Amino acid sequence: MARVALIPVLLWVVATLSFFLLRAVPGGPFDRERAPASREVEAALKARYHWDEPLWRQYGRYLGNVMHGDLGPSLKYRNHSVNDLLGQTVPVSLALGGMAFGVAIGLGIPLGVLAALKRGGWADYAAAGLTLVGVCVPVFVLGPLLVLVLGLWLEWFPVALWGSWQNAVLPTLTLGLYFAARVARWMREGMIEVLRSSHVQTARAKGLSETAVILRHVVPVALVPVISYTGPMLADLLTGSFVVENVFQIPGTGAFFINSFFSRDYTMMMGMVLFYSLLLQVLNLFSDLLLRWVDPRVGS
Amino acid sequence: MNTLSSSPGRLALRRFLRNRTAVSSVVFLLLATVVSVFGPWVMAIDPNQGSESPFVSPGALHWMGTDIHGRDLFSRVLVGTRISLLVGAVGAGVSVLIGVTWGLVSGWRGGRTDAWMMRFVDVLYALPTVVWVMLTLTLFETRCVGWLSERWPASIPAFRLAAMMVSLGSVSWLTMARIVRAQVLSLRERPFILAAQSIGVPPVRLMLRHFLPNLAGVVIVYLTLTVPAVVLYESFLSFLGLGVRPPQASLGTLIADGASQLNSVRVRWWLLVFPAGLMTLMLAALNGVGEGLRSAFEPRDGNGD
Repeated sequence: MARVALIPVLLWVVATLSFFLLRAVPGGPFDRERAPASREVEAALKARYHWDEPLWRQYGRYLGNVMHGDLGPSLKYRNHSVNDLLGQTVPVSLALGGMAFGVAIGLGIPLGVLAALKRGGWADYAAAGLTLVGVCVPVFVLGPLLVLVLGLWLEWFPVALWGSWQNAVLPTLTLGLYFAARVARWMREGMIEVLRSSHVQTARAKGLSETAVILRHVVPVALVPVISYTGPMLADLLTGSFVVENVFQIPGTGAFFINSFFSRDYTMMMGMVLFYSLLLQVLNLFSDLLLRWVDPRVGS
Repeated sequence: MNTLSSSPGRLALRRFLRNRTAVSSVVFLLLATVVSVFGPWVMAIDPNQGSESPFVSPGALHWMGTDIHGRDLFSRVLVGTRISLLVGAVGAGVSVLIGVTWGLVSGWRGGRTDAWMMRFVDVLYALPTVVWVMLTLTLFETRCVGWLSERWPASIPAFRLAAMMVSLGSVSWLTMARIVRAQVLSLRERPFILAAQSIGVPPVRLMLRHFLPNLAGVVIVYLTLTVPAVVLYESFLSFLGLGVRPPQASLGTLIADGASQLNSVRVRWWLLVFPAGLMTLMLAALNGVGEGLRSAFEPRDGNGD
C-alpha cells in the first residue's frame, strides 16, 4: 500500500515542476501580443491572478488551492475556471476512452484466446494481422484513413463531432483497434505459455471437458500478463485520445489540452498535467489491485 | 560445424541474415534513407516552392500530386521522411546515451545509489511522458524562440528540431536504463570481471573494456526498438502542430495536412494516402529490424523453443 502514499508525493512533484517550469521564467501570458490596453488594466489583471506577488507566495497559494481541489482560473477562457472546463470535457473523454477500452478487451481477449487455441487457424492470422496494423499504423494515421474510407468513400459513418452513437463509431474504432491488437497479442502469448504447464495436463487427466479446462484453468492464468500491461496501456490510451479528439473534433479534455499549448494558457496546462498525472496514478493503482485479486501471489 | 569462427556476435549476424523479414526491412530502410537524402537534391525541385497549380492529382509530372499551395508532394514526402528518420536516429541516440550511463552507474555502484537511481526511474515511469515533452517544447517555444528571433532567426528551425530530439531522447531512456542495470548486475559477479578487478584495472577502463562490449547486444536490440518509438512520437507531436513547423515538413505534418483536406465535397486522397502509407511502411521496417535483431540475439524468443 506504499503505492497509495506515493501518489500525493508524485502529484506534489508534478505540481512543483510544472509551476516553476511555466511560471518562474520571466515573460507571461500578459506580456506580448496580448498586452492589455493600459498600465492600470495590466496591474488589475496581474492583481486578479496574483502575478504581482513574489514567486514563493504564488507557489504557496497555488499548492494550497490545488490541495483544496481548485486548479485556478483559465487564462484564455476568462470566465471559466480550469475545474469548470475539466468538468465539461472529462466525461466526454472518459466515455471515449471507456468505449475504446471496451473494444480493446472485447475484441482482443477472444481473438487472443482463439488464436492460441488453434495456432495457424483463421483467428491466429487475424490476430497477427491486427498486431501488424497495431504496430505499424499509428492512431494519427488510422483515424484519417478510417475517415477517408468508411466516412467519405463508403459514407457509412459521420466523420466528426460528438453526440449520437454513429458519431462515436469511428473514434472508438480508431482508438480501440490499436489496443485490441496489443491485448490479443499478450493474450495469445499468455495462453500458449499456460497451455504448456502441468496444471492444465492434470485438469485434462482428471477428465474435465476441454471447455472447462480452457475457461477455468487456462484463461484466468493467461489474463495475468494482460492485466499487468493495462497500466501502461491506459497511459497510451490517454495520448491516443489527444489525436482522436483532434481528428474527429470531439470536445474532450485532450482537445482542450492541446489548445492550451497554443494559447499559452498556463493555469490550464498546469491543471491538465496534474489531472493526467493523477488519472494515470489511479488507473495504475486499479490495474495493480486487479492483478492482486486475480493472482494472489503478486505482492505477498 | 565450424565452432572456431562462431563468436556470439557472428552467430547472431548469421541468424539475422537468415531472417527474410528483417533483411528486407534493412534494404527498405537503406533505400528510404538514400532516396530521401539524395532525392531532393537530384530532382532539383524545391519542396517549399509553391506554384499556380494546387491539388493536381498524381501523374507523370507530380508523382504524388501537389498540395494546397501547389507544392510537389513527392519532394515534400522525401524531405519529411528525412526529418523523421533524423529525429528518430538522434533521439534514440540521446536515449541510449542517458540510459546506458544511468544503468551502468546504477548497477555498478549498487547499494543506496542504485536504490535512489532506480526509484527516480520509477517516478519518471509514473508520469505522463508525452505531456512532459509537450511542456518542454512549449517552454522552448516561448523562451528561446523569441530570444533567437532577435539575434539569429535563420537558426530557429534547426534549434527547434534539436530541442525536439533532445526532449524525446530524454524521456525514452527509462527502459534502457533498467535493461542495462539488470545486465550489469549479472555481469558484476562473473569471474572475468572479478579477475580484472583483482589485477587492479581502473574503473573507467573496466567499464569501457569489460562491461560495454558485453552490453552491446542488449543495447543494440533495444536501440533499434527505440528508433520507431521516437519516430512515432515525433510524428505524433508534429501531427498536433507541436513539433516540426511549416514550411518545414515531417511525415507527421504531411499526414495532418492530408487529414485537414478530407471533406465530403472533393476527396484529395493522395495528400493523405502517400505520407500515411510511407509512415506505415517505415514503422513496419523499423520494427522488423528490431524484432529481427532481438530474435537473432535471443534465439529463445525467436523460434518459439
